[in-house]
Amino acid sequence: MAYLLPGDSGDWEVVIGLEVHAQVVSNAKLFSGAATLFGAEPNTQVSFVDAGMPGMLPVINSVCVEQAVRTGLGLKAAINLTSVFARKNYFYADLPQGYQISQYELPIVGNGTLTIDLPDGSSKAIGIERLHLEQDAGKSMHDQHPTKSYIDLNRSGVALMEIVSKPEMSSPEEAGLYVTKLRSIMRYLGSCDGNMQEGSLRCDANVSVRPKGATELRTRCEIKNVNSIRFVQQAIEYEARRHIEVYESGGTIGQETRLFDSAKGVTRSMRSKEHAHDYRYFPDPDLLPLVLDPAMVERIKAALPELPDEKKERFVRDYGLSTYDAGVLVADKASADFFETVAKGRDSKMASNWVTGDFFGALNATGRTVEDPPVSAADLGAMLDLITDGTLSGRLAKDVFALMVETGKPPAVLVAEKGLKQVTDTGAIDAAIQAVFAANPDKVAEVKAGKDKLIGWFVGQVMKSTGGKANPAMLNELLAKKFKE
Amino acid sequence: MSLDTAKVRSIAELARIEVADDQLPHLAGELSKILTFVAQLAEVDTDGVQPMTSVAAMTLAMRDDVVTDGGYPDKILANAPEAAEGFFTVPKVVE
Amino acid sequence: MSALTDLSIAEAAARLAKGEFTAVDLTRAHLARMDAGRRLNAFITETPDLALAQAAESDARRAKGQAGTLEGIPLGIKDLFCTEGVQTTAASRILEGFTPQYESTVTANLKKAGAVFLGKLNLDEFAMGSSNTTSAFGPVENPWKRKSDPAAKLVPGGSSGGSAAAVAARMAMGATGTDTGGSIRQPAAFCGITGIKPTYGRCSRWGIVAFASSLDQAGPMARTVEDCAVLLSAMAGHDPKDSTSAPMPVPDFARALSGDIRGLKVGIPVEYRPQGLSDEVAKVWDLGVEWLKDAGATPVEISLPTTRHALPTYYIIAPAECSSNLARYDGLRFGRRVEGKTLDDMYRKTRAAGFGREVRRRILIGTYVLSAGYYDAYYAKAQKVRRLIADDFAAAFQKVDVILTPTAPTPAFAIGENTDDPVTMWLNDVFTIPTSLAGLPGLSLPAGLSADGLPLGLQLIGRPFDEETVFRVAGVMEKAAAFTARPQEV
Repeated sequence: MAYLLPGDSGDWEVVIGLEVHAQVVSNAKLFSGAATLFGAEPNTQVSFVDAGMPGMLPVINSVCVEQAVRTGLGLKAAINLTSVFARKNYFYADLPQGYQISQYELPIVGNGTLTIDLPDGSSKAIGIERLHLEQDAGKSMHDQHPTKSYIDLNRSGVALMEIVSKPEMSSPEEAGLYVTKLRSIMRYLGSCDGNMQEGSLRCDANVSVRPKGATELRTRCEIKNVNSIRFVQQAIEYEARRHIEVYESGGTIGQETRLFDSAKGVTRSMRSKEHAHDYRYFPDPDLLPLVLDPAMVERIKAALPELPDEKKERFVRDYGLSTYDAGVLVADKASADFFETVAKGRDSKMASNWVTGDFFGALNATGRTVEDPPVSAADLGAMLDLITDGTLSGRLAKDVFALMVETGKPPAVLVAEKGLKQVTDTGAIDAAIQAVFAANPDKVAEVKAGKDKLIGWFVGQVMKSTGGKANPAMLNELLAKKFKE
Repeated sequence: MSLDTAKVRSIAELARIEVADDQLPHLAGELSKILTFVAQLAEVDTDGVQPMTSVAAMTLAMRDDVVTDGGYPDKILANAPEAAEGFFTVPKVVE
Repeated sequence: MSALTDLSIAEAAARLAKGEFTAVDLTRAHLARMDAGRRLNAFITETPDLALAQAAESDARRAKGQAGTLEGIPLGIKDLFCTEGVQTTAASRILEGFTPQYESTVTANLKKAGAVFLGKLNLDEFAMGSSNTTSAFGPVENPWKRKSDPAAKLVPGGSSGGSAAAVAARMAMGATGTDTGGSIRQPAAFCGITGIKPTYGRCSRWGIVAFASSLDQAGPMARTVEDCAVLLSAMAGHDPKDSTSAPMPVPDFARALSGDIRGLKVGIPVEYRPQGLSDEVAKVWDLGVEWLKDAGATPVEISLPTTRHALPTYYIIAPAECSSNLARYDGLRFGRRVEGKTLDDMYRKTRAAGFGREVRRRILIGTYVLSAGYYDAYYAKAQKVRRLIADDFAAAFQKVDVILTPTAPTPAFAIGENTDDPVTMWLNDVFTIPTSLAGLPGLSLPAGLSADGLPLGLQLIGRPFDEETVFRVAGVMEKAAAFTARPQEV
């Protein structure tokens, strides 16, 4: 069902294109040998090249090139064996050279596709226009001093991949799914860690609207540097509504660059970008055209890991999971790997339920990650075995799991320590039922007289008296028999 | 190719060089003369000619992804007209 | 003392090896000449204490048997090369006080070879000019004088005017220069010395203040062809820090001076003899052809049809690249800052105060030709014409091994002449610019004197990376020219 925003004159469609800036995973910067780690002391990861000192020259980092190729292949995109670096000229405090080395007419990666999975189970292919390599700028901080801005060039020169989508998204939700999927693919490839809080992934959203059914594109505005998926969605929605309001009151939208104020939930015009920038792009004369060896591209292609879409298909096919469950598990490679370890030689549906349910819940509660989990895949698997062999009921398993999370001990140890083996001895259960009956004759009479809803109470009481260990199925069976007596 | 003072002002702004108003006309004259001189290239037939992007007939060499540089903030800041707490400082920018 | 400063580098090296004098002696002699010649304003920064210390270290190395190819030889360094711990200005106010924390690759190579640095030599601001009159630190005076008017101060040429003047005035045995459109060759011609712009990519550009990246090349300036060969061998070499540096081995260029050019074909381009070429310059060119014929080479008339478009091509490409290369001079991280109310205000004021008029002109032209709507008509067009110019040379080199032309259309002119019209000033480089656009090696050597007693230079242009043939032919011409004239100053 299409996303439409209502207006006085009718419904409006939203047209969204996203430009994502992804910091490349590499040890050193794109054109200099300085380090790229986050959070270092100011100006300690800056070479003379990054500082734009007189006479300094760029030399390209081979791994950054490979990561761009890898990402392009992950987006099923065309790899341009010849590409050119161009200078984008403008003045800003965080841009030491007075230009950014980027790519303009001939980027390293061309057209590709990214598929998003919508909640209704359908898929939508979003076109990728291009991917190019460029330098990141330094950081300027404006709140350290009343009259001065502070400049740290640690980030200056770090490699970025700019991934430009075609304007084919039509709702904030689709935009969110696009970023999520893109992030997931790059994390699978190891080309970007997708850490939006640290700024490894930033989005610029291009938004325009048009009356429902129209085909021409109206003027778009660009919302720059949004650093969370939630904010991307909020910003798009606000901006679309703003455009509609302007159009419906008879105004026009001028092309502008805006910022999203996440505190107020609004976009506003960037004062520093009043006039359109003339970037005066030209091929960087300090760099020759980048020519890729086809063998290198093939080598990267052959070594690509299984990507989320392929993995999801395999999970559905080989593990019999629903598309939805498979989708949840493959969103993150570490989760998918965790699941497969747990599911190996076991009931995959059970494994999927436990991983996506209790296990993910435990991650949230403890603030831990799949890479550093409170319960290992081996231990979770062992616990599932204890369910399958009857040692644990589903209910007991939940208790055991909670203890595993808390203590880190394997299930067998905890079962032994706490004597949590489920009671399947009919005699024992019977005795427990007898005891509860004896203590509550009036209630027994009520059930026998037809008050069925009290049966649940009896189940609870017997369960409590056995320390939760009674096998539920057996309990229900014996209780029913007992009531019939 | 003739430039008027408004155009010179906008080019000077792109280049972030302040030019006093009284200098603009003379500068416009000089620049116009230069542009007229170089505009003669328009008469050269360059159909089918590939632009020369580099004199050196080589391909771009790549370096290994090893940290070999940086880690000398004192040298980076040594020539700074103004610095504080390890940062370069400039008049405050308002976004 | 004066005898020491008349020696060539090769002679001095031989005598140092024999122990006839020390590096300290040699340096002292040159420091004395610098004192005597200070009026010429060839130096922006003199470093006598450093030089003496380096000379002493050189003598110590020699005593241990560790002498390099330039051990103890005192040189001047054009103030466009970043020298660690020594002020580097590019002759601009905007870099006044800038002390690089790194050494350029070329000067590091010279240091490794054992050279002594006397100081930083004056130049046109940011290497933009052909007269060394645009320096923020005052013009340089040519040590040569007109017979007819000895009081007139003449330009040494540019942009490496300080380098040429210092070598001609015997203040340094050799100097580094840079050449973007003729800035080594033309001042060498004006000052009666030898200089070579090697093939683009032969010397590293790392640590040299960039003017026009696709054209800039470092090169040696000295009083003999052999000295330039020795200097170039030390300066040149692949540098992994410069992506445009050629991965070519560096020959011992001095070995190319065999004196034998029999059978060589020398191209004489018709386009370099336009209507109005001065008779004197034409005469010395013809003389050069005769010398080569006498030595067994064959002159061949060639045509380089795109020559007349070289100047406008250059004056689109060089300003375009410089407008971008000079964007980093903004008062933020180094150099002089003029305070402003806002960041942009700071930029505008700093750059207005810091850049001279020629630099400002070129930045504005460059900004214009790259700007929206003009890129195709100017910059893209110029890059295509550039290819035609390079193709002209490539075609010519199918028929000839080296090309002979005059270096400059006139001898040195007076300071203050030719300054009103930027385009007229640019015509000084008409013979040198095409070589730069094509990235070819070009050498200038003194061939004779004008009627008024001023040096006239001839240029030899070679195939890419064939400096050896250029040196070989230059060595033969040098012998034939027997240019022993000295500037009146010296």
